[in-house]
Amino acid sequence: MTGYFIRRIISLFFVMLVVSAIVFVLMNSIPGGPFSLGERGYSADALANLERKYGLDKPLAERYLNFLIGAVRLDFGNSFAVAGNPPVTQVILRTWPITLHVGVLTIGLSFTLGILMGIVSAYRRNSFLDNAVTFTATLGITLPNFIIATFLLLIFGYQNGWGTPNQWIIGPLWEGGPALLSRDYFLPVITYALAPLALVARYTRSSVSDALGADYVRTARSKGLTDRAVMFRHVLRNALIPMVTVLLPQIPNLLTGSLFIEVVFGIPGLGKFFVTSIFSRDYPMIMGLVLLVAFFWGIMYLITDLLYTMIDPRIRLGGSAAR
Amino acid sequence: MNNSTVSSSSPSEQIVELTPKTVKRSLWWDAVRRFRRNKLAMLGLIMLLILLVLAIFADVIAPYEVDKVFLTLRANTLPFVNSAHVLGLDGSSRDYLTRLIFGARTSMLVGLMVPLISFAIGVPLGALAGYLGGKFDFIVMRIVEIATAIPPLLFALFLLSIVGNGIWNVIAVLAVTAWIEPTRLTRAQFITYRERDFVTAARSLGAQHWRIIFIHILRNTLSPLIVAFTFAVPLAIFAEAGLSFLGIGITEPTASWGKMVGSGIGNFIRVYYHIALFPTIMVALTMLSFSFVGDGLQEALDPQRADHR
Repeated sequence: MTGYFIRRIISLFFVMLVVSAIVFVLMNSIPGGPFSLGERGYSADALANLERKYGLDKPLAERYLNFLIGAVRLDFGNSFAVAGNPPVTQVILRTWPITLHVGVLTIGLSFTLGILMGIVSAYRRNSFLDNAVTFTATLGITLPNFIIATFLLLIFGYQNGWGTPNQWIIGPLWEGGPALLSRDYFLPVITYALAPLALVARYTRSSVSDALGADYVRTARSKGLTDRAVMFRHVLRNALIPMVTVLLPQIPNLLTGSLFIEVVFGIPGLGKFFVTSIFSRDYPMIMGLVLLVAFFWGIMYLITDLLYTMIDPRIRLGGSAAR
Repeated sequence: MNNSTVSSSSPSEQIVELTPKTVKRSLWWDAVRRFRRNKLAMLGLIMLLILLVLAIFADVIAPYEVDKVFLTLRANTLPFVNSAHVLGLDGSSRDYLTRLIFGARTSMLVGLMVPLISFAIGVPLGALAGYLGGKFDFIVMRIVEIATAIPPLLFALFLLSIVGNGIWNVIAVLAVTAWIEPTRLTRAQFITYRERDFVTAARSLGAQHWRIIFIHILRNTLSPLIVAFTFAVPLAIFAEAGLSFLGIGITEPTASWGKMVGSGIGNFIRVYYHIALFPTIMVALTMLSFSFVGDGLQEALDPQRADHR
């Protein structure tokens, strides 16, 4: 078990190394550099000076090596494009909490509501409620979230001032940002939660239905257990395993934020940097973001695998069939 | 157990031929029957066919050419319902209905080409990795692991900034990010079938590797692959719409629903909401039809699982 864990961690760092190399090469092969773009109109001399200042005149391999040395100390350099050229680490630390805030609320809403909806529709198959749940789930799957965002804003946002673009105070909760359950979060969270909600409800419904049809449930019923006892002790416990394999991998995605949600609602989170830093050739920012996501996803997948073994002791990690 | 249940639950058709007095019913024929009984799936299929017709015959159906600009009418035709332009004009004074119809062509092209390419990469790769195992499997799985660690949207943005915009570039870039799922799925299927008795039997009869891979295993993995394909289509359409919405996907003369939504939510959405509404409806209908067909296929091809859904 510990051996498996250590091997996974080593493999994670190897993956991050390769990913950083790939992204570094790709990034530098995009035509145009950070200072030669747009209408800044630097003269050739000024451009050369700027590139020397940021070390862009050095060969690619040397720059990558310098980046690696910095990255080990969590220093990705200073952003080229963000106003005031703050260190990338600082930008991430300021903006990720906002994205996390939206993500945590989204996970809370979609998982609790989705599981509830799934259980209800599994117990009341083909009832009105079941159909309503299926309808909502289909809606969540069939509409891209930027479209849902647009129309929720159109219907509720502009009149009520809920999550109106540009009204966000820049900064996380503790720096005067919107409060934990501020109404500014209503529309983004509802929008963002719809797709995972649909997924959760669908999978809960199908795995609870599977469990309800199993022999051990019939046995539990026939020995006279109450409906509640059957549900909690037998149905839900067994339905949990297939749900975990599908639902837990959703969490890392939700916590790194949706670019579309943040663009449409004007949320000053991490998401928008995924696009703007590529547009502005903000090399340090790109590297910081990619490594953050690679590391975070890797760790979350590892935790997911560990959770499987806790929930279902039959699963053994590290075997040849484990992956 | 009577003959018909044997034929419907057995995945290989050879057995059916051997049993006497069976009505000609193969796994696929059964699947077709089950699919046709499913009303939602048939509705999805019909909607899909309509969208395909729109996409293929866009030039014939659309009232105007895609990029024709109507300058004289601009002032009073942005609001819709108009004799000359049923849905009015878009922000660049082009007939809106025409753009909407041509948008179907873009979405269908992206939606079908991306899974085709990614499955063409992923299925052979996953099949070989699952069948051969060992070093090849190790290498493929490490590549998959690395590819999973890069956020797909970020990767797509990268590649698009390098190769430039345009529909074929979008297709290529999305296919490059979408091959992981079919690879994983095919590999997992091959691993489960590799040690099955019918494969061992074939092997002991002296069947060659390619024969085992294509005739014996791939045939059995076909139904999950078909289902996965149906669900990959809307994902590709989503991705294209998203990229175009951000203004980095499809370039201007080509119509795209995602782009139309994106241009529709500018400053005039409160008055001319239809500019964003119609492409939204089209995207939703496309998604809906594919997910109906996908669900129907899943139930038709895998009835054991579908019983509980």
